[in-house]
Amino acid sequence: MKRLSRCRSTASLRPLSTGGESGLKDVTSSEASVEAAKPLPEPAAPDMPLLRIESVAKSFGNFRAVDQLSLDIRAGEFFALLGPSGCGKTTLLRMLAGFETPDEGRILLGGKDIAPVLPHERPVNMMFQNYALFPHLSVRDNIAFGLKRAGMARADIAARVAEMVALVKLEGMEKRKPDQLSGGQRQRVALARSLARRPQVLLLDEPLAALDKKLRESTQGELMELQRRLGTTFIIVTHDQEEAMTMADRIGVMDAGRLAQVATPRNLYEAPASRWIAEFVGDINLFNGQVMSRDHSRLTVSTSEAGSLTVSELWPPVTKDVVCVAIRPEKVKLSRRAPASDEGGSHGINRLEGVVADVNYLGGVTTYKVRLESGAMVRSSMANTARLDVDAYLAGQRVVAWFTADDCMVLEQ
Amino acid sequence: MAHTVTRITRFNMTSLALGFAFLYLPIVILVIYSFNASRLVTVWGGWSLRWYHEFFNDRAMLEAAWMSVSVGAVSATLATLLGTLAALGLARGERFRGRALFSGMLYSPLVMPEVISGLSLLLLFVALNAERGFWTVTIAHTTLTMCFVTVIVQSRLTSLDRSLEEAAMDLGCDPVRAFLLVTLPLIVPAIVAGWMLAVTLSLDDVVIASFTTGPGSATLPIRIYSEVRLGVKPEINAICTLVIALIAVIIVAASFASKLSSSRGESAAPL
Repeated sequence: MKRLSRCRSTASLRPLSTGGESGLKDVTSSEASVEAAKPLPEPAAPDMPLLRIESVAKSFGNFRAVDQLSLDIRAGEFFALLGPSGCGKTTLLRMLAGFETPDEGRILLGGKDIAPVLPHERPVNMMFQNYALFPHLSVRDNIAFGLKRAGMARADIAARVAEMVALVKLEGMEKRKPDQLSGGQRQRVALARSLARRPQVLLLDEPLAALDKKLRESTQGELMELQRRLGTTFIIVTHDQEEAMTMADRIGVMDAGRLAQVATPRNLYEAPASRWIAEFVGDINLFNGQVMSRDHSRLTVSTSEAGSLTVSELWPPVTKDVVCVAIRPEKVKLSRRAPASDEGGSHGINRLEGVVADVNYLGGVTTYKVRLESGAMVRSSMANTARLDVDAYLAGQRVVAWFTADDCMVLEQ
Repeated sequence: MAHTVTRITRFNMTSLALGFAFLYLPIVILVIYSFNASRLVTVWGGWSLRWYHEFFNDRAMLEAAWMSVSVGAVSATLATLLGTLAALGLARGERFRGRALFSGMLYSPLVMPEVISGLSLLLLFVALNAERGFWTVTIAHTTLTMCFVTVIVQSRLTSLDRSLEEAAMDLGCDPVRAFLLVTLPLIVPAIVAGWMLAVTLSLDDVVIASFTTGPGSATLPIRIYSEVRLGVKPEINAICTLVIALIAVIIVAASFASKLSSSRGESAAPL
C-alpha cells in the first residue's frame, strides 16, 4: 500500500520529454519501470494548448490587476510576459502557480481546470525573483526539497539531484549553504530546484533581474538551451524587452491588466498592434497625420510635422483617416544629399530635410537627432560599420533623412 | 568625522570609568563580599565559601530558589508558546479585522506599571477564589513575559522573506508542512531567545510575584526581600551572586541565539 501511494505521488513528475544528453537518458530509463506503472496525466485534446487562460480577472481592492485576460500557451513553448511594473504580469504568474485565485475565468492545464488545485498539488513550479532559497538547507537539500515531498525513493532523489546539479553546472557546490554562493550560483540553484520535479510548466519571475549585465546575457543563452533540451514549457515574466526578445518564442505584452498584443519578437517589433506597443517596444519616430489618398495599397499621409509621407499599407487595411505614421530609427538613413535615383517614386522614398541637432556615439551604433523645418525631431540610428568615421555627421550639419514606404508602419490612433 | 569620535581623551576616559563604576561597582562589591568570611556584611574577614555553604543548607531559601526556577521555566514556556502564536498571527495575518487593536493590547504589558498589573491580577484571583501559589504566579508571569517573546519572534518573522513559504508550497508542501519545514527552523533562534528573556524576567520579578503569590510559596526575590528587611546576612550576597551568574549565562546565550538567528535565514535577496 505504501509503495503504491509513493508511485502515485511521483506521477505528477513528468518524465523528460527529450533526453538530449546521454546522462539525462540514463536517469530517465532507470526510472522507466516506475513510470510505466503510474497513471499518465490525461492526454490533452489534439487542438488543446497545454495551458489555456480564459477571461481571467483578479482585483485587489479597487485595483484591477488582471482584467478579462485570455491566452493560450502551447506545450514546449518559451513564452514571455512583458510589461511595465504594475501591469499585472506577476499577478498572472502567481495565479498560474496557485498563490492567487482568479476572481473570474478559468485556467486550464492540459484541458483540466486547475483553479481548485492547491499550489503544492500543481504540476507547475516557479522560480522566484529573489530565488527564495531555503537558507538553512544546503544546495543539495534545496534541490531535493521538492523531491522528498513527492515521496521519491532515496536513491532516485540522489540521482535526480546529481542530474540537476550537472544540468546547472554546480558540481562541487552541493554542500554549500545559499549564503556561501554568488548571485549567479544562487540563481542556478533556484533553477535546478524548480526544475527538479520536472514540472509541465516552469514559471520564472524576473529570473535574471538580480544579475549584472554580462552574467545576464550568458544566462539568457543557458536558459534557452536548457529549455530546448528539456522541452519544458517556460513562462517568464520580465520588464526587460531585450531579454524577452532574445529568449522567447512568443511575447505577450501586458498593459493595465490586459494583453495588448501576443506575437513573435519580430512581429512585435515590426508590426506592433497599437501606438502604445510601438512606443513601449524599442525606439520609434511618430508622426500624426491624415490619409489623403490611396493608390495600390500605398497611402499618402499628410502630416503637420514631416509633410506628406508615402507609406505601404499592410493587412489589415487602415479604416480610419486620422492615423499615425511610425518609423524605427534604424530604418531612417541619413545622407548629405537626397538619394539620386528614386526610379519614378516606385520605392516610395520619403525625404525629410533637416539639421543634425544631436549626435550620440554608442560604440556599435551612433544615434542622431535631426531637427526638421517644422521643428519636429527625427531619430536615426546607424550602425558604425567602418572603424574610421567616414559616414559620421556632425551637429549643425544639413542632412536628408530618408526612409522607404515599406519601412513605415501605419498605426491607428 | 569618525576620527574625532574615536579619539581618546582624558575626559572621555574619566567619564567612561565613572559611568561604569556607577553601574557595576555595587555589583562587584556584592560579589566580592559574598566570599567574605566575616558575619558582618560590611567588615572584610578574609576569603571563604562559607555563605554559599550556608545557602545550600538553608531549606527555606532553597525552596524559594526552586520555586523561582520552576515558575520561570513553566511561565517562560507558556509565554513562548502563546507569544509565538501571537507573533505568527500579527506577522502573517495582515488582513484580519482588529489587527491594530490586537497588537496594541498584546504590547500593553510592556508599558503597564507592574504594580497595576500585579494588583489587577490579585483582584482577579481573589474574585475567582483561586488559591494563590505556584500557578497564580506562573500565570501572572506568563502574561508579563508573553509580549516580550512576541516582539522578538514577530521581528524575526517580518524580516523573513515571505516567498520562502511560497517556495515550499510550490515544491509540494501543504501550508502546515511549509511552516514546519521552512519557517520554524528559521525562527527557532528567535523563539529560544524569547524563552530565555522570559525566564530572566520571571526570575527578576518581585512586584507582580508579591501580589500573586500565596503563603508558603515565596519566590527567591520575595524571600530575599523579606530576609533583608530583618537585616542583611552575607548569605544574601552569595545567593545574589549565584542569581547574577545564572542571568548572565542566560543573557549571553540569548544574545548568541538571536545573533545566529539574524546571520542565517536572511533572505537570499541581493541588496
